[in-house]
Amino acid sequence: MKMERYYDREHECASREQMIAWQSERLVKTVERVYNNVPYYRKKMDEAGVRPEHIHGIEDLHLLPFLTKDDLRDAYPYGLLAEPLENCVRIQSTSGTTGRRVVAFYTQHDVDLWEECCARALVAAGGTNEDVVQVCYGYGLFTGGPGLNGGSHKLGSLTLPMSSGNTDRQIQFMVDLGATILCCTPSYAAYLAESIIERGQRDQIKLKAGIFGAEAWTEEMRHDIEEKLGIKAYDIYGLTEISGPGVSFECSDQKGMHINEDHFIAEVINPVTGEVLPDGEKGELVFTSITKEAFPLLRYRTRDITILSREQCPCGRTTVRMTKPLGRSDDMLIVKGVNVFPSQIETVLLNTGYPANYQIIVTRENNSDRIEVQVEMTPEMFSDSLSEVSAREKELVNALKAMLGIYCAVKLVAPKTIERSEGKAKRVIDKRNLYA
Amino acid sequence: MTVRQISVFLENRPAALLEFTKLLEENSIDLRALSLAEAEDFGIVRIIVDDSYKTMQVLKDAGYVCNMTKVLAVEVEDKPGALVKVLKALGDNGVNLEYTYAFLSSKKGSAFMIMRVADNDAAVKALSAAGIKTVCQDDLGALFQ
Repeated sequence: MKMERYYDREHECASREQMIAWQSERLVKTVERVYNNVPYYRKKMDEAGVRPEHIHGIEDLHLLPFLTKDDLRDAYPYGLLAEPLENCVRIQSTSGTTGRRVVAFYTQHDVDLWEECCARALVAAGGTNEDVVQVCYGYGLFTGGPGLNGGSHKLGSLTLPMSSGNTDRQIQFMVDLGATILCCTPSYAAYLAESIIERGQRDQIKLKAGIFGAEAWTEEMRHDIEEKLGIKAYDIYGLTEISGPGVSFECSDQKGMHINEDHFIAEVINPVTGEVLPDGEKGELVFTSITKEAFPLLRYRTRDITILSREQCPCGRTTVRMTKPLGRSDDMLIVKGVNVFPSQIETVLLNTGYPANYQIIVTRENNSDRIEVQVEMTPEMFSDSLSEVSAREKELVNALKAMLGIYCAVKLVAPKTIERSEGKAKRVIDKRNLYA
Repeated sequence: MTVRQISVFLENRPAALLEFTKLLEENSIDLRALSLAEAEDFGIVRIIVDDSYKTMQVLKDAGYVCNMTKVLAVEVEDKPGALVKVLKALGDNGVNLEYTYAFLSSKKGSAFMIMRVADNDAAVKALSAAGIKTVCQDDLGALFQ
């Protein structure tokens, strides 16, 4: 296969007029469909005084009410489903606040369009059907593995469905099968790079590119990984609610991530007032999915802070670009690629009999995230027996692991040592400086 | 025939024990015995003092998490094999020892072991049947004169 610069030139390089025409047509259809098929949407739109006939094109998008994670929670599990269940073929899921998960449904059409978005990202990173794509994102409910796996299939690359973990095996397959593109979280890429160097196998690998996402990473980290693995490192963005990875991706010019806006209309809003902001201004990213069948979300507030740009990219793609997320407009943390809400931790503490006065400390050492919860000791939890106190601490660690899906260290501290500020408590201390 | 032990939660950081002992000093509390058990991120200091109720109050006022438990103070002769005799008496009677630490008094020829067991009564019975003495809280003061 000859090296093609785009997976889908027609959509990735369309004129602005053409893109707006597609978006408008698809938006009108989607709004009509959800209004007629989804009682939850109809109620929401009726409350906002908006009817499908008010939406003529993307110029009317701002009339639609926002959708938030709370809506997804209220509507769990089937409330936002826009297709009969018998037409759905897949779910993916992500952790939500207070333990309630978000479940997204896919028809075969939805899986295909998601995988095509990932294929676009692979081609933008130089991928062809001659590549060997090693996917070490987790497989299962998490969208990382299935998304890149599907994209690699669409492209016709040889796909190594490694899933996460087992570094020995990862390196062995990477060497033996000559993997050329690596897909994983940036922190795992950094870890793999170090392990490969430690084993003296740097000259045995054939990697040329990596597609790294699902967590925030810095430019320093990018350079570090690129240097250690001898590759070019590309960022990729996505969220389960909208489809998964591949909602946007970097091209080789790396001037932000191209949004697949023929599928997902992007807006940036003032997170406080909800007002739509012009390109170039920093605000909360909002997506409207206009091609999905089973789970189309209208004006979904991602809580990610970004800036949009429509300046012509040297790569030739005309799609709007977003900066790497610059922060969050809520208190969600992304630790080891997993969404963590302080409220989840609070729930666990209360359920296990600990006081709700706590502090979450997130650090990054050797490019790997560490999360620790500091809890104040209380007379009720205390005992003269070390084994009793330790057992209780272990119980908390296990309960946190069950809730969050990742290991969270616990540190018991003396009473009244966690600062109580007036008003809102400072619950989270993120020392990673990811958005600096 | 038990003594009152106070256990206190201490953070694992420099000077935590120093601050604790300073507080005892400021309140003229006399330590009879002390032992420190450490976990990865915290420690439990266990003490026997002259005035346990006053100490509890001082510690609580200072914001420490602490509790009081009854433990055995066993007199052990100062000669080889004496501890074996004590432990044999407990072991033969099925008494499980959770932790123990020693202290000395002004009494010549004897050492004392603090012993934490699940069943104090059974332990005292087993020890006295073997001719081993345990000290009660009220007798503790006399050992330090």
